[in-house]
Amino acid sequence: MKIHEYQAKAILAKYDVPVPRGEVAFTVDEVEIAAKKIGGSVVVKAQIHAGGRGKGGGVKLAKDAAEAAEIAKKMLGMKLVTHQTGPEGRIVQRVLVEETLPIERELYLGIVLDRAQGKPVFMASAAGGMEIEEVAAKTPELILKETIDSGYGLAAYQGRNLAFGMGIPAASVPAAVAAMTALAKVYQVNDASLAEINPFILTKDGKVYALDAKITLDDNALYRHKDLVELRDLNEEDPLEVEASRFSLNYIKLDGNIACMVNGAGLAMATMDIVKYAGGSPANFLDVGGGANAEQIKNAFRILLSDPGVKAVLINIFGGILRCDVLATGVVNAARELNVQVPVVVRMEGTNVEKGQEILKASGLNFPIANGMKDAAEKVVRAAAGSGR
Amino acid sequence: MSVLVDGNTRVLFQGFTGREASFHAQASIDYGTTVVGGVTPGKGGQTHLDLPVYNTVAEAVRQTGANASVIFVPPPFAADAIMEATEAGVPLVVCITEGIPTSDMVRVRTFMQDRPTRLIGPNCPGIISPGKCKIGIMPAHIHKQGHVGVVSRSGTLTYEAVGQLSKLNIGQSTCIGIGGDPIIGTSFLDAIQLFNNDADTHAIVMIGEIGGNAEETAAAYIQMHVKKPVVGFIAGQTAPPGRRMGHAGAIISGGAGKAEDKMKAMQEAGIAVCASPAEIGEKIKSRM
Repeated sequence: MKIHEYQAKAILAKYDVPVPRGEVAFTVDEVEIAAKKIGGSVVVKAQIHAGGRGKGGGVKLAKDAAEAAEIAKKMLGMKLVTHQTGPEGRIVQRVLVEETLPIERELYLGIVLDRAQGKPVFMASAAGGMEIEEVAAKTPELILKETIDSGYGLAAYQGRNLAFGMGIPAASVPAAVAAMTALAKVYQVNDASLAEINPFILTKDGKVYALDAKITLDDNALYRHKDLVELRDLNEEDPLEVEASRFSLNYIKLDGNIACMVNGAGLAMATMDIVKYAGGSPANFLDVGGGANAEQIKNAFRILLSDPGVKAVLINIFGGILRCDVLATGVVNAARELNVQVPVVVRMEGTNVEKGQEILKASGLNFPIANGMKDAAEKVVRAAAGSGR
Repeated sequence: MSVLVDGNTRVLFQGFTGREASFHAQASIDYGTTVVGGVTPGKGGQTHLDLPVYNTVAEAVRQTGANASVIFVPPPFAADAIMEATEAGVPLVVCITEGIPTSDMVRVRTFMQDRPTRLIGPNCPGIISPGKCKIGIMPAHIHKQGHVGVVSRSGTLTYEAVGQLSKLNIGQSTCIGIGGDPIIGTSFLDAIQLFNNDADTHAIVMIGEIGGNAEETAAAYIQMHVKKPVVGFIAGQTAPPGRRMGHAGAIISGGAGKAEDKMKAMQEAGIAVCASPAEIGEKIKSRM
């Protein structure tokens, strides 16, 4: 789960990582009040779940509260397009108003999981302000790494290795190390999958601050962080994906016109791949899961069909836990109830496949049954091309 | 022959009396797997599916001589179940559970480091040596005894590949679902090494997906050490970056873990890479 910058900074502040004084604001009035409270020049930052906001016009400096209000008038409600949002962009609904600071240097701090080691790794770089991927690609030698041992967190000596390694002046090293160990604690205590401060700044008077922050939380661990669940912002998610998540369906909307309903994440990806291979374009990723029941199939169907771009549906189920007869019953009921107008190609394999096919045939509905994935993909691509919708 | 599991494997079910575990324990028994009992804390002394239930894994191992365990415990308790089986000295632990917090698995990984137990999964369909032993949730009837080793991060996509092989009358020595999580016990590299050293495995199918670089690591090993034909497929060629595609580990992040990079590394290692998942069976057939 992604959270906003201001929410990430609030968490960091709780662990004593210095952050600029600031407030989140939802209206122009709130922006003006916040800016007055902060005093002097402020920065107004659009809060969306995507990076690259500065280049897209989502981060602006204001010399005083009046100018901050002027900026907020334009920024709140604007469609912000960055390289991470896609061309559809995001509507800005909240902004962060913050004090400005005299920046001396911009550094990078971040923690991610190193899968090969099975441990989190702390990365630090003197090349802050840039995206770490870019640094990794162009100047990998600028990225310093320390593995975090889950029992001890980031040890102080590791922090010093990183701080001195980045060339932080000795007088500022203790503050930098404190911020780093705190960041590691934030990562561990909150079950983050990513915790990043970029840039981590050194000011002209030798202080350190988290000027920007990004925290992504491990969805699998949210059950034990009820307070963090509250931070979810549904406005940042596709409405169909939100709807799907209510039914424990794993749905991701894509740009194509062939809807896919599949059990299992790997097979769901492979189904998208083969649709593309057959000359079509997948409208979504949808994994109905191993233990799906008829009700869930119906919900899945409804969600797929509420995407107006869908011209045909491909159902590809390899029944293991999910039995083909259960699937077929769900599909037939859903098709009747939802009055499905687009062609639906069904490919089933595995447990109780004969029973499932009988149910589909006996339904009287027109479901072309495919023999294998290749046949299924070709049939659905043809169906989508000929579909009137 | 086969790898890791065979006719001598004695299986214990952790979370035995639950609905899923009961269903799959019965299916394993029906397949001919030697299931020796199960563990459900608090239900020790009872009988389930005509088999004994124990309170702890240690006790169950003492009483039954189990040498493998399979975990059907809900996510909040699954990491603990893995550690319990490891501490009890079970040589092979298969964890089916999906949704274990990553930080729990970080702890498990550290815990298991100096202990001899092999973990398969979590978030996996399990392992089967057709005709000998089935530990997991895969539909048994699609498998066929033979000489192809299958290793995969996915569940149903593995069934798809196995189904294609069996339809072509090509049997499998062992099929290992290594799981779709970012931290797993047995990697592609581990499985490939096992298959490479198994005289009865004549060819290998390797099914990867986006995220991480375990496929690349295995490909480097294959290039150096594996003479057997290897056929590969990578799921997620059309997956958008930055999105988690169902599996916790299936995500392209920061430009790393892309399907095209994995396919390229595998091709360069001499692996026959399928562009379409429908070609896996045929590609093996043409190489055996």
